[in-house]
Amino acid sequence: MTPKPPAKSPQHLLEQMLLIRAYEEAIVNGSAAGKMPGTCTSVGQEAAAVGVVNALAAEDLILTNHRSAGHLLARGADPGRLLAEVMGRRDGYCKGKSGSLHISAKELGVVLTSTIVGAELSMAPGVALSQSMLGRPGIVVCFFGDGAACEGSFHESLNLAALWNLPILYVCENNQWQAFVHRREAMRREHVAEWAAGYGIPARTVDGNDVFAVLEAAQAAATQVRESGRPYLLETLTYRTRGHLEPDDQGYVDKAELAHWLARDPIATSRARLLADGLLTQAQVAAMADKVASHIAVAQAFAEASPFPAAEELTRDVYA
Amino acid sequence: MPTLTLYDAVGAALTEEMRRDHNVIAFGEGIATKRHELVDEFGALRIRNTPLAEGIIAGTAVGAAATGLRPVVDLLFAPFLCYAMDELVNSAGKLRYLSGGQFAFPLVTLAMTGAGWGVGAQHNHNVEAWFVHSPGLKVVMPSTPADAKALLKAAIRDENPVLFFLDIGLLYQPGEVPAGEHLLPLGQAAIVRAGRDVTLVSYGKTVHHCQQAADQLASQGIAAEVIDLRSLKPLDEAAILGSVRKTGRLVVVHEANRLCGIGAEIAALVAEQAFADLKAPIVRLGGPDAPIAASYPLEQASVPSAEAIAEAARRLCSH
Repeated sequence: MTPKPPAKSPQHLLEQMLLIRAYEEAIVNGSAAGKMPGTCTSVGQEAAAVGVVNALAAEDLILTNHRSAGHLLARGADPGRLLAEVMGRRDGYCKGKSGSLHISAKELGVVLTSTIVGAELSMAPGVALSQSMLGRPGIVVCFFGDGAACEGSFHESLNLAALWNLPILYVCENNQWQAFVHRREAMRREHVAEWAAGYGIPARTVDGNDVFAVLEAAQAAATQVRESGRPYLLETLTYRTRGHLEPDDQGYVDKAELAHWLARDPIATSRARLLADGLLTQAQVAAMADKVASHIAVAQAFAEASPFPAAEELTRDVYA
Repeated sequence: MPTLTLYDAVGAALTEEMRRDHNVIAFGEGIATKRHELVDEFGALRIRNTPLAEGIIAGTAVGAAATGLRPVVDLLFAPFLCYAMDELVNSAGKLRYLSGGQFAFPLVTLAMTGAGWGVGAQHNHNVEAWFVHSPGLKVVMPSTPADAKALLKAAIRDENPVLFFLDIGLLYQPGEVPAGEHLLPLGQAAIVRAGRDVTLVSYGKTVHHCQQAADQLASQGIAAEVIDLRSLKPLDEAAILGSVRKTGRLVVVHEANRLCGIGAEIAALVAEQAFADLKAPIVRLGGPDAPIAASYPLEQASVPSAEAIAEAARRLCSH
């Protein structure tokens, strides 16, 4: 199954963000109720994921990480199969063996998801090498955070991609948090994009909470990678408004900083803009919310009905 | 039969497999410099030098293997694998399983190790057992040029990540290598000498020490059977058990640290499955729990000698 061409209308971007938010809130609530494991959510970062993924072509390949819900859902993943995976059920994308942390969906072009911070960066050049040596059209998009940018693999990856002319769009979702450590405690500069110049890679920083700005920047970046066959780094400035791993009381978070970013919530701001521009009515907003809620309800029912993997799965798929 | 060194046997296997399959590529630290004849034949896209950055070399191999290429990477010396552990162990070894079987990783990692060049512990560290302990990986260490060629060809065709260790002490020893297509399945040990009194199990250069010990023992009327494991994972358990059930005595020999080495696994296997056939306790001979010194006599002393192996076997045969 090849991925569907992504939706690009402003209304669809908003609906995708709402779906991601509702999906992650379902997990947060399920986790609080003891029905689901805790996950690393991307609440607050929806615009960064939706803007970039909607700039991609069906043949492009995506590498992501443990905070992947936005990338997967924007790419068209079935929330039922995702929730089944999170719950360790047989019908998950990875037969329940991944859980939330390393969900790959090859059928959607989401490959080699790793929860080791920086591992996506180490594997991206090889995926891009296959694309170029085997003459395939798609570029490679590698999502990582500011935490991964402080790993050696970030620097080794950019150096090799520049050296070997590999078609990689590096997307740094700078969400200001590296697990329980603020970005300011881990790196001297404000922006990861500044490092790209040292490797001869063009880069741009964009407001990651503005889905329309992200889409425009990602379209330009993807076009440049496609046409030049060389890497580009796009940094989306955003904020992880929930904790590192649910449940998390965020006692370590500066309240004023969190309030600042919550006031810039990507869903609320884009919805207000569409309403103000006359591209959306209040009735449509309500209908969209209902549609997303019922989609998640169906997904949750599917996941809960899915059985756990059979015992023989314990040692299946270790070797090819 | 043509004679090749183990180093040239590796080159011959690479050449044949790259001719056979256009998706086979090779890159690593100086491979295009040292094996420039491969660049001449296959071009600079399929044979590449890399930065001295083991992590990204291995990671690139993992990404390429999962998406259609069959990379062989040269990471030079086994201790450098420490820089590539995440890519080999967490990515290549686990992402097939964690993805529910969506990916395969047909890649080979070459690394040299063992006594012979006096390079010291940061270039000589027999770390084979680390990878045996990690799921999803296969581990090979040949003792002859012929086996190196046949096993490397099989490793390149294998759908799994293979750690392929080259014993420094054997690298420039010549040996007969059959011409043409010759492959050995991974996981098949060789009985390199048949005997009824005691089983000597080893891999890498200490196979030769076992053979020398067997010569010494033969002159004293003891017939030793020598098994070359060739692959450490999969491990040819049937060959080991079959021999021990016949001889009733076992000496396991390797250059790697004895502590939690392959020998410990083999001793446990035999104790669990062939205890009733044992006529004497199992003996393990391995390297010390110490980094390997550069000084030649100390380096050589870290390797079980033919004399030590023969002495252990004689002791068992007196039971």
